[in-house]
Amino acid sequence: MALTYPDDLRYTPSHEYVALKDGLAVVGITAFAVDELGDITYLELPPVGHQLQKGERFGTIESVKAVSDLYAPVSGIVTAVHEELVDAPEKIAEDPYGLGWLVKIQMTQPEEIATLLSAADYQAQLGG
Amino acid sequence: MPNSPLRICYENQAKLTEFADWILPGQFAGLTVEHQAVRQRAGLFDISHMGQIQLTGPDILTHLERLVPSKIAHLSPGMAKYTLLLNEQGGILDDLIVYAQGEGGVKLIVNAACTTKDLRWLQQHLPATIHLELMHGALLALQGPQATAILQTLADSSLAAIPRFGHLMLTTPLGTVWAARTGYTGEDGWEIQTEPHVGQALWHELLQKGATPCGLVARDVLRLEAGLHLYGQDMNESTTPLAAGLGWVVDWHKGDFIGRTALQMQKQAGVAQKLVGLWGTGRRIFRTGYPVLAEGKPVGHVTSGTLSLSLGRPIGLAYVDTAWAQEGTALTVQVRDQALPVTVGKRTFYRRAG
Repeated sequence: MALTYPDDLRYTPSHEYVALKDGLAVVGITAFAVDELGDITYLELPPVGHQLQKGERFGTIESVKAVSDLYAPVSGIVTAVHEELVDAPEKIAEDPYGLGWLVKIQMTQPEEIATLLSAADYQAQLGG
Repeated sequence: MPNSPLRICYENQAKLTEFADWILPGQFAGLTVEHQAVRQRAGLFDISHMGQIQLTGPDILTHLERLVPSKIAHLSPGMAKYTLLLNEQGGILDDLIVYAQGEGGVKLIVNAACTTKDLRWLQQHLPATIHLELMHGALLALQGPQATAILQTLADSSLAAIPRFGHLMLTTPLGTVWAARTGYTGEDGWEIQTEPHVGQALWHELLQKGATPCGLVARDVLRLEAGLHLYGQDMNESTTPLAAGLGWVVDWHKGDFIGRTALQMQKQAGVAQKLVGLWGTGRRIFRTGYPVLAEGKPVGHVTSGTLSLSLGRPIGLAYVDTAWAQEGTALTVQVRDQALPVTVGKRTFYRRAG
């Protein structure tokens, strides 16, 4: 199965993505991360209202194979947390860029978006 | 890096991984699918990395008996036994299965990572009249409640008559194979050794007949659920069978064997730590090396851990101080920033029905 990286998203080297929607940064993990982890068994997310610095750890994702930390792609305040996935983290794999979103962040420094990778740059990094 | 003779059968379908210096399939369709196939139907594994040692010569079992803590001299051809190689200190050099064959031949299946060490040890401790040969056959494991029925469709004799740990040569339409009713999943099943080209044809044929290809990730979950030790994690040269929960392998009524004196002393003195089963709750996995705490103080460490798909809860094995090793004892495992409650319990987390 070919892994996809939508052009309208921004990416981090640690395999998070950001989708801009209604002025919020919607954050999830990329198809590559999902594929690398294998069946996801555990997800830990911060509470709504949690303030994050770009690059700060905001959660943990685990599979039978590995444990990974989640890092904030941008600075801001968590305004929504995808609680359903905490109970059923395996669902992330079904639609990582849609229903697999993890948190929504109200950005405090929107200019940080420009520092993230484009789909092409992210894929180049994976290839390298 | 050695390659499995079966690699060409699946290299485009599997996510490959490194294990004991071999390139092997880590995962095919995914852990959940593979795990369920083995528990409910049949899964097929490539285990060609395991050390396949063929012994020929006079009185092999009699000589081998001195190297293992079990009684094996009486094993009839066509039967096998799970046992251990011990060093003088009673430490476990490897775990293995000894298969007694016709005309005095003996086959050993040992851990991939221990093969070289085992060969050297056997050479040192067996008489020169016994010839050791490392075989490079294809080794397949067909495991699950439907494994016997699937293999039967290719076999020229009745498999139902073969007991657990029994083994035999089979003539199949694809060629001759050696099949043993052994495995590492907690299910009924077979381990099948054959020539590489026969093994390749057999791989495809068994999938055709309904087996699901499975990788090492699923194999590790399945073996841990069944309470089967992984050498290098749950035991090593500094753990003895008494500490590792393998006291049942030691037969005190047999004659001398390497490690016996040390084990007897340890039996009298008692072991400092014991391997126990840890039963967790929730979904968070405790992993190799994580500290185990009692009343906030470290009393041991996890050697294997996973999320049991059969039970829907985290499970693991850990060495803990003997005072805390009683079944029912409440402990915690430090999982990164959280102390997770666990209960000490049986090491066999899953047992197949019937």
